[in-house]
Amino acid sequence: MDPTKLTIGELGQLLRDREFSAQELVLLHFDRIEEVDGEVRAYLRLTQELAYEQARIADLAIKTGEAGPLTGIPMAVKDVLCVKGVETTAGSQILRGFKPPYTGTAVQRLFDAGAVMLGVTNCDEFAMGSSTENSGYFPTHNPWNFDRVPGGSSGGSAAAVAAGAATFGLGTDTGGSIRQPAALCGVVGMKPTYGRVSRYGLIAFASSLDQIGPFTRSVEDCALVLETMTGHDPLDATSANRPNDVRRDLAAGVEGMRLGLPKEYFDVAGMETGVKVAVDHALRVLESAGAKLVEVSLPHTDYGLAAYYIIAPAECSSNLARFDGVKFGMSEQDAQNITDLYTRTRRKGFGTEVRRRVMLGTYALSSGYYDAYYVKAQKVRTLIKRDFDEAFAKCDAIVSATSPTVAFPIGSKTQDPLSMYLCDVLTLGGNLAGLPGVSIPCGMSEGLPVGLQVLAPQWREDIALRVARAYEVASDMRVEVALV
Amino acid sequence: MSDWEVVIGMEVHVQPTTRSKMFCGCAVAPLNAPPNTYVCEICEGMPGVLPVINKAAVEACLKTALALECEIPQHTKFDRKNYMYPDLPKGYQISQYDLPMSRNGHLDLDGRRVRIRRVHLEEDTGKLIHAGDKLHKASESFVDLNRAGVPLMEIVSEPDLRSADEAREYAVALRTLLRTIGASEAEMEKGQLRAEPNISIRRAGTDELGVKTELKNINSFRALHRAIAYEAKRQAELLEAGGAVVQETRGWSEAEQRTFSQRSKEFAEDYRYFPEPDLPPLELDRGWIAELRAGLPKLPGARRKWLVDQYAIGAAAAATLASERLRADLFESTVSKGADPKTTANWIIEELPSGETLSPEYLADIVKLVTAGDITRDQGREVLADTLSTRNPPLLIVSQRGFKQVSDESSLGPIVREVMAANPKAVADYRSGKHAAIGALIKDLTTRAPSANPRVARELLEKLLSF
Repeated sequence: MDPTKLTIGELGQLLRDREFSAQELVLLHFDRIEEVDGEVRAYLRLTQELAYEQARIADLAIKTGEAGPLTGIPMAVKDVLCVKGVETTAGSQILRGFKPPYTGTAVQRLFDAGAVMLGVTNCDEFAMGSSTENSGYFPTHNPWNFDRVPGGSSGGSAAAVAAGAATFGLGTDTGGSIRQPAALCGVVGMKPTYGRVSRYGLIAFASSLDQIGPFTRSVEDCALVLETMTGHDPLDATSANRPNDVRRDLAAGVEGMRLGLPKEYFDVAGMETGVKVAVDHALRVLESAGAKLVEVSLPHTDYGLAAYYIIAPAECSSNLARFDGVKFGMSEQDAQNITDLYTRTRRKGFGTEVRRRVMLGTYALSSGYYDAYYVKAQKVRTLIKRDFDEAFAKCDAIVSATSPTVAFPIGSKTQDPLSMYLCDVLTLGGNLAGLPGVSIPCGMSEGLPVGLQVLAPQWREDIALRVARAYEVASDMRVEVALV
Repeated sequence: MSDWEVVIGMEVHVQPTTRSKMFCGCAVAPLNAPPNTYVCEICEGMPGVLPVINKAAVEACLKTALALECEIPQHTKFDRKNYMYPDLPKGYQISQYDLPMSRNGHLDLDGRRVRIRRVHLEEDTGKLIHAGDKLHKASESFVDLNRAGVPLMEIVSEPDLRSADEAREYAVALRTLLRTIGASEAEMEKGQLRAEPNISIRRAGTDELGVKTELKNINSFRALHRAIAYEAKRQAELLEAGGAVVQETRGWSEAEQRTFSQRSKEFAEDYRYFPEPDLPPLELDRGWIAELRAGLPKLPGARRKWLVDQYAIGAAAAATLASERLRADLFESTVSKGADPKTTANWIIEELPSGETLSPEYLADIVKLVTAGDITRDQGREVLADTLSTRNPPLLIVSQRGFKQVSDESSLGPIVREVMAANPKAVADYRSGKHAAIGALIKDLTTRAPSANPRVARELLEKLLSF
């Protein structure tokens, strides 16, 4: 039994049974990180001091019988989530050295539940990318094959969980940035309904699309972490005040459920045969568990990518305006005047992809173009929401591949932004419509993991998790840790 | 100059009375607080923070809109106005663009209706402090974010004003209204009310609008008047010399008493407005609006008319009372206790020191004592001063100090005779037809008997002198 390969549920039991202490568990994890992270490079920074302090407190809670299910459990935090006093840079040089004066709500709730933060994980700069190659620091490698990407933008957290370098991780998902790396690294990853988890403390990429969610090694763990982060936050006006029912009927199975298969998601360009085979197999497993498969249609899928790449850059062009060299982060010295300070700081601090999107978004919002781009994209967004509404009238959940491909070779798409953008074609609809979606491993192709995506109606995380859990049980799936 | 017509529209920024800032929990900084002492990660625009709407600011804005008889829509929303400047920590200002909190109201001045285009809410920016000259020349610049995120209402009028006098009248009326409804203290000197007039001129009798300039840095009503007058004259001279007005923002220099070019609008900035994704659209509950409307006090214009109609007091007195809600309230309550309206108005306006107030019961007692002739006006003043300082009831003070007018002839007779005996020349003068001589006698009488009722004493004197 290697504690770095276990689920939260298993570790929690062992901690409470005093098989080992939380402090020992942290030590084991730092050893594992030492062992694997030289090659995986999931972490940007380790937070040893914080981890030992949190583990010490966790051990006290265990001793006094006050331990909860997350007490002492090691976690990895994506570099876009602010933690007080811990350097948080959104994967960007422009924020190098920035230590937030506060901790974001979702992370704070996990801290309050006893989770132990091991470190800050790598990601595409400002979460813009699908491979973690756009990090302003270094690329992360897929633990299953170092020549491959881990997916992105939350590639560091996905790779850490897949490599046994954290029991669970936190990511953010704007167009697929949790689900796609979860699929490519072979772990469970979930994007909640927009508004389910507070975004306070999440360094914004696209405010109307961003959500924080977990990477775990089981559906049960996923439900647990999500449940802990969930709930209205007075600091986030877009966070909903709704019952915390994400794990209702988790074990109820799929008997009698209607699972929708959008034909547009199965005919998607560039779908690899290996992915198709694994997903088809997963569908048969669900069918034999009692689910009814029905064909549905999401007719505006083709326009989703275009709409997404207007709306997300538009919002980011505004969100990233604060990185100007005045108040925090990088500030180029010797500027001649204020415009020079802005220009030099931003040119040096931002990477190519970030600059590309800031320019795209600025253009789309400019007078004379606003109606043709931004307004039209919002109309498409409405149509896509309607597509999902109509599909959900015929089914309880929508099932498809998470990514059309398995992890691709590092460097293979960096020169072609459009091919990188196409990685999100099956996931970004969920963001545009604000839906909850989970990705779970469903087999291997070419020695690399394949992910199955389950999308559910807004606020029905319970359905998405229930389908995922049913698949986990019926297929006897267990998330494997790579690099054993 | 005489055949030019001045056309003025006003943009007025008003800081509503709230405890906290527009989108965070920071207290609104008092004037002259040390720089950056009223800030938090939210108003500093730190990465990862989000805005939350201050309900008190929305309420103040809605009350203002209702008082200006604006239409309040069912839905309103906030938008981002994008531009980069060091006093704007997020790189955008949260404001309202195409769905403001209210539209289409009006403010009535004497003889002129000024249409209000919109009243909306936004946040203030920080303040730059330059060591040296302007930003581009300064050796060092500092940013104070105490004001960043302070709520502001923007009240935009149509170009309905026609003179510097009217513009000032409008601004003063707006201030009175804002204070009356309790939406803002509206102190121009404290920056709680900032007026930015748009000015253009055109040939009298034409309808087309000329090229306008916008004036900033105006810190008092006097400066507002002078700046507009200066700018109208500048534009007229320019046009008469064959030149053209350039559309631009101009600053008012108090030191030099002139306007100067600040920023040309030729290359108008593109603010790339779009809906603020961090704030869901606001549903304005009709019940709440109705409640706010019902809770509004009588507004100055309407109240002035009401005071004249209801109490038959003079227009000037009514206008004075209506401009100060507390005094108008005191007036109405005092009259309701049975005091004479004209005398009450007179006492509140002439005798009650500004900033002081007392209970309507007490004021009514004083007014009634004076009107009934029970005490003299001078005694009334002393009673009022004593009541204000001791908070003792006027009736108690009157009895303690023995303030009673002597009004019966039997008591006054001996004193009057004494006075006549002491002033034989005045008596002779009066009797020979110089009736003005009675003044000297009354003066002596009030010295000898301060509590004598002057009216009764005079009647008695006249009676005895005519024998």
